Amino acid sequence: MRNRLMLALAAAVAAAFWLSTPTHGQTRAYRAPRTPDGKPNLNGTWQAMNTANWDVEDHVARQGPVIGLGASFSIPPGQSVVEGGQIPYRPEALAKKKENAANWMTRDPEIKCYMPGIPRATYQGYPFQIVQTPKQILMAYEFANASRIVYMDIKDPSPSAFWMGWSRGHWEGETLVVDVTGFTDQTWFDRAGNFHSEALHVVERYTATGPDHLSYEATIEDPQTFTRPWKISMPLYRRVEKNAQLLEYICVEFAEELMYGHLAKKPAK
Amino acid sequence: MLRAFAIAVASASLLTVSVAGQAPKPAPKPEPRAGAAPTARSLARARANNAYKVPRTAWGEPDLQGVWSYATTTPLSKPDAAGDKTFLTDEEVAQLAEETAKRQDSAPRTGDPGTYNNFWWDRGVSIGRTSLIIDPEDGKLPPLTPEAQKARAARQAYQREHPADSYLDRSPTDRCIMYHGVPPLPSGYNNTYQIFQTPGMVAILDENIHHVRLIPMDGRPHLPSTIRNWNGDSRGHWEGDTLVVDTMNFNDKTNLRYGGSSNTHAVERFTRVSNDLIDYQYTITDPTVYTKPFTVAIPMPRRDDRIFEYACHEGNHSMEGILNGARADERRAAEAAAAKAKPQ
Repeated sequence: MRNRLMLALAAAVAAAFWLSTPTHGQTRAYRAPRTPDGKPNLNGTWQAMNTANWDVEDHVARQGPVIGLGASFSIPPGQSVVEGGQIPYRPEALAKKKENAANWMTRDPEIKCYMPGIPRATYQGYPFQIVQTPKQILMAYEFANASRIVYMDIKDPSPSAFWMGWSRGHWEGETLVVDVTGFTDQTWFDRAGNFHSEALHVVERYTATGPDHLSYEATIEDPQTFTRPWKISMPLYRRVEKNAQLLEYICVEFAEELMYGHLAKKPAK
Repeated sequence: MLRAFAIAVASASLLTVSVAGQAPKPAPKPEPRAGAAPTARSLARARANNAYKVPRTAWGEPDLQGVWSYATTTPLSKPDAAGDKTFLTDEEVAQLAEETAKRQDSAPRTGDPGTYNNFWWDRGVSIGRTSLIIDPEDGKLPPLTPEAQKARAARQAYQREHPADSYLDRSPTDRCIMYHGVPPLPSGYNNTYQIFQTPGMVAILDENIHHVRLIPMDGRPHLPSTIRNWNGDSRGHWEGDTLVVDTMNFNDKTNLRYGGSSNTHAVERFTRVSNDLIDYQYTITDPTVYTKPFTVAIPMPRRDDRIFEYACHEGNHSMEGILNGARADERRAAEAAAAKAKPQ
């Protein structure tokens, strides 16, 4: 009897240990607090802490584009957030990616303050907020005041093309699954020229792995650009400051000189 | 509201659409939106119905969630032509709608490429009042302070001389920086709010420029006055069944349509008076600009529709058109002056 109890106890301890050991993006032990409708409560202000917006693939540190800004605004190193390390481009698409990278400063939509698209908005480095209601979940992003509604209550296909896509969600146990279609071909994945076509289809998975952490995964499919679907994953962190709130970053005013400065009236000679 | 989305792709600017040169589209028969007219009277009826119980969220707050429209052609300040009149009859509302539709479908002046036709606009109809301002009682914007009069005259004089020297001379609307403002005044389309509620947070998504207002309801103080925003900083609380939103911390460039300054203090009140109507009112206090506060009332009917992404800046071809047009005008003027100066 006593032995059996010990055995059970040992098993429980082992199970608890196994369950509490975080395995990247796969932790299923944590049960999130519930919303009034009984779903995992993902409300809050979240932010990625990585360099994926510079390059979702492996990248070493390098000189930034403005020599005068030296070490302050050079490009930080980072490891790939892509499962398997590399994006499976079709050969012609890989050539275009390289061309994009070479022309980053004239081509990256982020520089013009265009809405970043999904999944880039998630790891752009700015906070975003989840406002979770039973039928619709609002995701509001600090950059460019971009936003999207995740419809939990409809299956309608995308009625048009959108910078932030057309999002429909559902729950799979602890996980919020968001299916995003209806993209333009104008958004990028990062500042390294990684791109997609309007055939992009993203399936995101948000799972709480603790009170202040989410596991974020996105499966990316675009047969016009990639040879097979590929996946990124990363943790997201809750902004736990008492006064955490999204601030206003209407970046249009910082892109105007770049976009329209050449059309201004020249000062009289 | 998908129609409005299409407009956003075609051209972003409201005040300058003449530059976009939209081809005229076949217009359907103008029809005032059923049930919307005259909302001032439905509002009075709903207010009188004390039996209405506002639905509650699962955690017990009044439930204001859904899509609501503040579209209306009723002007902010009562026009002199309205005299002492405050309310309009159904016939007058219908007639105004017809006149608006006709005006929107009429051919542009010579030399003006024109703008959207009546099919594209989504202005709503008159709420059945002669002004949106309900206080002061005369329905008119209060007099400007002497400093504001001077500042406004100087700005208007500057704008006449420099309508488009640079993007900086254009309005925040033309620049896709802010559109309806906080609190909003209706424009030609996308006068639509979607309200989301979670415990401790209310979010209001304005369809134009996909502007999200995140309103903490947890009693935290405003941002410090050193942080100033185009759209201010909002905090909310409940007074009975009414959502009260207090907004300040505007920057000095905000230029709201009613002409505020960085001292603008707005208090909005949202009261759901029936399943299909929110009594929406706000009071603006701005001692820098106005000699006394004023209160605006825009009844918001529910709209059984969705909000779509309004990509304003991403489709702002108008800005290039406006600036290019201004440079072309200057070249023509310079050529004409040179030709005139040339001895015959």
